[in-house]
Amino acid sequence: MDYEAVIGLEVHVQLKTRSKIFCSCSTRFGAPPNTHTCPICIGMPGVLPVLNKKVVEYAMKMALATNCEIASVSQFARKHYFYPDLPKGYQISQYELPLAENGWIDVEVDGQTRRIGITRIHMEEDAGKLIHDEHRPLSFVDLNRTGTPLIEIVSEPDIRRPEEASEYLKKIRQLVRYLGISDGNMEEGSLRCDANISLRPLGRQGYGVKSELKNMNSFRHVQKALEYEIRRQTALLLDGGQVVQETRLWDAAKGVTHSMRGKEEAHDYRYFPDPDLVPVEIERVWIEKVRQEMPELPGAKRERFVKEYGLPPYDADVLTSSIHVADYFEECVRLFHRPKTVSNWIMVELLKLLHQDNQEIDTCPVPPSSLAALLKLVEDGTISAKMGKKVLEESYKTGMEPQQIVQEQGLSQLSDEAELKSMVARVIEDFPEEVAKYRSGKKKVFGFLVGQVMRMTRGKANPKKVNELLQKALD
Amino acid sequence: MANLVDLTISSLRQLLDQREVSAVEVTRAYLERIEKVDSKIKAYLTVTGDQAMEAARAADEHMASGETAPLTGIPLGIKDVICTKGVPTTCASRMLEGFIPPYNATLMERLNGQHAVILGKLNMDEFAMGSSTENSAFFPTHNPWDLKRIPGGSSGGSAASVAARTCAGSFGSDTGGSIRQPASHCGVVGIKPTYGRVSRFGLIAFASSLDQIGPIARDVTDCAILLEAASGYDPKDSTSVNKQVPSYIGSLKEGLKGLRIGVPEEYFIPGMDPEVEEAIRNGVSTLKEQGAEIIDINLPHTEFAVATYYIIAPAEASSNLSRYDGVKYGFRAEGYRDLLEMYTRTRSAGFGPEVKRRIMVGTYCLSAGYYDAYYKKASKVRTLITRDFQDAFARCDCIAAPVAPTPAFELGEKKDDPLQMYLSDIFTIPVNLAGIPSISVPCGISKEGLPIGMQLMAGHFQEETIFKVAYNLELTLGKIGDWPEI
Ligand SMILES: [Zn+2]
Repeated sequence: MDYEAVIGLEVHVQLKTRSKIFCSCSTRFGAPPNTHTCPICIGMPGVLPVLNKKVVEYAMKMALATNCEIASVSQFARKHYFYPDLPKGYQISQYELPLAENGWIDVEVDGQTRRIGITRIHMEEDAGKLIHDEHRPLSFVDLNRTGTPLIEIVSEPDIRRPEEASEYLKKIRQLVRYLGISDGNMEEGSLRCDANISLRPLGRQGYGVKSELKNMNSFRHVQKALEYEIRRQTALLLDGGQVVQETRLWDAAKGVTHSMRGKEEAHDYRYFPDPDLVPVEIERVWIEKVRQEMPELPGAKRERFVKEYGLPPYDADVLTSSIHVADYFEECVRLFHRPKTVSNWIMVELLKLLHQDNQEIDTCPVPPSSLAALLKLVEDGTISAKMGKKVLEESYKTGMEPQQIVQEQGLSQLSDEAELKSMVARVIEDFPEEVAKYRSGKKKVFGFLVGQVMRMTRGKANPKKVNELLQKALD
Repeated sequence: MANLVDLTISSLRQLLDQREVSAVEVTRAYLERIEKVDSKIKAYLTVTGDQAMEAARAADEHMASGETAPLTGIPLGIKDVICTKGVPTTCASRMLEGFIPPYNATLMERLNGQHAVILGKLNMDEFAMGSSTENSAFFPTHNPWDLKRIPGGSSGGSAASVAARTCAGSFGSDTGGSIRQPASHCGVVGIKPTYGRVSRFGLIAFASSLDQIGPIARDVTDCAILLEAASGYDPKDSTSVNKQVPSYIGSLKEGLKGLRIGVPEEYFIPGMDPEVEEAIRNGVSTLKEQGAEIIDINLPHTEFAVATYYIIAPAEASSNLSRYDGVKYGFRAEGYRDLLEMYTRTRSAGFGPEVKRRIMVGTYCLSAGYYDAYYKKASKVRTLITRDFQDAFARCDCIAAPVAPTPAFELGEKKDDPLQMYLSDIFTIPVNLAGIPSISVPCGISKEGLPIGMQLMAGHFQEETIFKVAYNLELTLGKIGDWPEI
């Protein structure tokens, strides 16, 4: 029997507001333990949370970008469990009345577009971190991260294949980065993903028993874990066995999932509305104000790139994959008005260099103005396209301006007609045999003669010009 | 001159303003009084003598330079549920023994801003759970009118110290009657303000949607002075209401003409002490003689209030008290082998029996499968109770009722009978569920010499009405008796 996977994802996105969600502590990462804390985020007796409005606005942006309906009244709730990184013994989250519901994201896999439903988006606070002593049964608690704002994005069980899950996550990352609300970095934990997965006979409705997968720290791991889980569940079902409802951890080193806790050991979180926080009321005007502040989203930008710059859809797609690449492209085009040329150079040359270094374009040592200047040098024939690539590499390595590199290294092409003419004349004089061969119809020898001119100029002669002049002189 | 400690805040204010006495002298008189009688009353958990003297000197300097606020130089006591920066705040619990907050409650900031003098921290039922102050993890407090009896609770220390003249006034907290019931039992005036009137920041939470800080004082005028100082919007408390604070003192002397006072049938139940009923009825007649119109009203859902309260309050408490886990501050048990054992040992040894009882009840009510039947249903009944009051206040301006079914009972009498103990809050609980303000003002004394208080309630933010009626009653009835000798 053939089975089909039914997958739903729960994605946590850490928002990069300056202060925490319920106190004024900094959210900056990397400070010494427990220095970004106050009585509120460490849960001292008698203190009260006050909601950071920026968090609501960031969450609203994501809701709008994923076509959700924003609730006019939403409410915070307490989720209870005991753990030393959770100082209040409960996490302030949203439960019955989330901020937003009923949205969707389109993802494309193998040229097919699929619409993945978004069940809800809600706001909550992050927990702290435990640091375990490697040699003693001792743990340390760092509460710097406690109270960092998160949004949780819960998808409908609309995902059918691990590749779709991966694309869906990339789409979320792209959106949060476009919106400027998160770094969206899975490796660093600013984007986290849990997956619910079950199987059902292909073509059948309804759902099988699901397992919940945790501990997947990259897009690749999400895909791998889902692939593994499909194999595991398929084998179980084909053997006549049954999937049990449980939470399973992905072991990246071994490439397997293993059971963490069963349904019986599942937490009872005892959610109830947080009486310390009043309901979040969002009026139309506020939503409109946030909508006005939204940047152009990837879809719209891609369309505009095709229309406004006459780019092929493929180019538009690559250039809008990240808002920083798109911005880089547009700035470059503003200074050098050949969009397709700019697109080629960014897609082929610049992204390759960045990729080799595992760098993002927003940290690129070659600013758009420098790339534009380089392209001008190529266009007016000062350097050849081939030389241009070398100059770009040099500029990328040293951060020097292309003009400066060309000047200091004497790379500019020899295009002066009089000078080139005299060189062509000398080559004709020095190689009478070859000239005779050419004139007798052995046209192949032309390349040799060009090469001689290039040699005399140590490669600096403008090859187009040399061709032209040599042709004229021989015919 | 009369004994300084017998004076009201308003009288002290006059003496201080006229330079007839200094804040240092007043404070010293109170510290001496505490020294002399508190061993019998046991109202104080912590006496901050040195800080008080220092604050008194600062107050004198401020008064000398003409910066006088209503509470400048007035010695006050604070229930140990309110966080005081640098001063132990224990909630009368082993769990917080030795806990010294690095921050002040907003109330303390306001009192410091007026250069009031803080004498110390007052005893209470552990985490404000109880009606007799017998649940203090440290020792019980005694009623100044009869040392064999309880002062009421949970703000027992706050009420007893005002009656024992070991402070000029005090602050307590009221979740289900914890200011009004001890005020009634100790023959003093205590008000639970409208929910949101006084900031809860720094008030250690028992049941967040019900808790409210309020003052306890010797008379209605003092109570109004203290509430005015404590009230106001606080951006640090999302549930505090941004609404201007009227002059409570200014409205005291308006007459009762045209005022309608409702008497709810449901608050006169079989089994209540006849002396209590008589005192309340007598008080109501007095108000009628003063020009108020008395009408009979109904609050039909009153009988469900206790059950509703004992779901909502423990549910919130079970959540609020989760933070006491031995990890960050306060008590941590010893001899644990792993994390779970650290939690269970710490919480088993750190909390007293009543607190544990409520945590268990609350945890149960919030559990999956029980939430709808208990917490959600209770929240709905709470709405009905609130609506009862709204309907009633469409017909009257103020409601007069008893505070407690009986005067103060004896220490140990109900300690092992939680249900009987819970019923002593039967008349005070509905007010917290509805979030409305209510005062307890003395209106009689039993044959055994025990004070009986009358409860006066009004609509949201109608504290002025309450003070006006209470002031009138106090003025007409006169003192219910001389302050007890101790
Ligand atoms: Zn903080």
